[in-house]
Amino acid sequence: MAFRWKNRLTDNDVTDEAVYLNRRQLMGAAAAGLGLAAAGNRAAAAEDLEPNSWEDITEYNNFYEFGTDKGDPKRYAHALTIDPWSVKIDGMVDNPGDYAFEDIMKAMTIEERLYRFRCVEAWSMVIPWNGFELADMLNMAGVQSGARYVRFETLYRPEEMHGQKATWIDWPYIEGLRLDEAMHPLTIMATGIYGRDIPKQNGAPLRLVVPWKYGFKSIKSIVRITLTDEQPVNTWQQLQPREYGFYSNVNPEVDHPRWTQATERVIGGGLFSPRIPTLMFNGYEEEVASMYAGMDLTKFY
Amino acid sequence: MDRPLDQHKTSQQVKPSWRDTVNGFARRVPTWPVYILYMLPVPWLLWQAQTGGLGREPIQALEHELGEIALQLMIFSLVITPVRRHAGINLLKFRRMFGLLAFIYVTLHLLVWLVLDVGILSQIWNDILKRPYITIGMLGFVLMIPLAVTSNNWSVRRLGPAWRKLHRLTYAAVLLGGLHFIMVQKVWEAEPLIYMGAILLLLSLRLPLKRRKPTA
Repeated sequence: MAFRWKNRLTDNDVTDEAVYLNRRQLMGAAAAGLGLAAAGNRAAAAEDLEPNSWEDITEYNNFYEFGTDKGDPKRYAHALTIDPWSVKIDGMVDNPGDYAFEDIMKAMTIEERLYRFRCVEAWSMVIPWNGFELADMLNMAGVQSGARYVRFETLYRPEEMHGQKATWIDWPYIEGLRLDEAMHPLTIMATGIYGRDIPKQNGAPLRLVVPWKYGFKSIKSIVRITLTDEQPVNTWQQLQPREYGFYSNVNPEVDHPRWTQATERVIGGGLFSPRIPTLMFNGYEEEVASMYAGMDLTKFY
Repeated sequence: MDRPLDQHKTSQQVKPSWRDTVNGFARRVPTWPVYILYMLPVPWLLWQAQTGGLGREPIQALEHELGEIALQLMIFSLVITPVRRHAGINLLKFRRMFGLLAFIYVTLHLLVWLVLDVGILSQIWNDILKRPYITIGMLGFVLMIPLAVTSNNWSVRRLGPAWRKLHRLTYAAVLLGGLHFIMVQKVWEAEPLIYMGAILLLLSLRLPLKRRKPTA
């Protein structure tokens, strides 16, 4: 079901020159946010957030399929073919099969979600995504009762994704969520940014966005979704289990072994951009904390 | 002009080797233009950072560029001695310059980290104590301070043989720098390993070769 979640982020600054795309879509979100702020919403009132520019969002990416430099995805992603595209949904579902991207789009309701995006490397952006709730897509496939986890897979096509020639990652890129996380109304499949089709460097044609988790959980250019009863081993956990876990919830109190997660730098502020405090669950504590009640978050990082 | 030709005969007959050419050139070139040349990347990088040339997150890019130049300069300063010993090329007058430039770049690298990157005093202190790669980097910087302070003729004369001993700290500092670079990366990456390889090679050339007595 679409529109299960309403935005609390505000867009109350004067018009940013960079925010020239699809202003109308943002206005809706801002109006909703301001309404909530007026109603006394603590989080919204305290915030002074505006979406990052199109350039910030599309020129500073981690997408190792195209290289490890932040500029590589923008530089090399044009080689990727995204049409035709289909997503294989398999495992513990009633209707397994290959779902063509157009058919998915026809079945889903696209909405705007203005989310914070926090990378495990301690930088962040605010991104106006367009997409649909993952729950809707999973329900389309019919999740069976024994399923407990969702496993995601990125496309493996080294002739178009030249970063995949590197051998230190066991391609394809894998991510996973617990089923309740996957069904949460905040969890979306993004197909656009600023009302435009999502650029290839950002994970076209469809990618996961889980706003309360570090960015690497939000797997890009998905070709396969598997419902399973086993906890998937995600790529970064496999590479560096001491540094990256399965949950990877944004948590200012649990540091990365090599840097603090208590603060983050907002991208786009230039040379004198200060660090800001990182929020528990990236500011979505109210919505998601209950899913982790009783869990030791220093152990399940 | 009117000197008798035969005085010049010997030197004209012996063609100067490429070594002599290089050494002669190095003798004639003063160090100050090289200092200026090597400081040009600083305003260039700052300008690039402000105008988007270093990408959407210029702080870390600037920090990394300065750190990498510093490490390169430290490696250059290590090249001078073996090149003289093994190839007969004397660039000794540039060794101090490379060392001091390395110190300047390490200092700038540190300043960018302190002021632009972190900027929060409690976090800086925590990072130095708790993050091994930062601890190691800081230690390397601290070791370079006495080296920079004594990089002048007066100190060389004053300290005498102790100066040479003191300046062996260079080896520790460059090793720490190379290690710091490796540890900053998320995973094993080729570039820092190449730097470390060069460092280890240059240091191994300094190991005293033990002469083995032929076994009877």
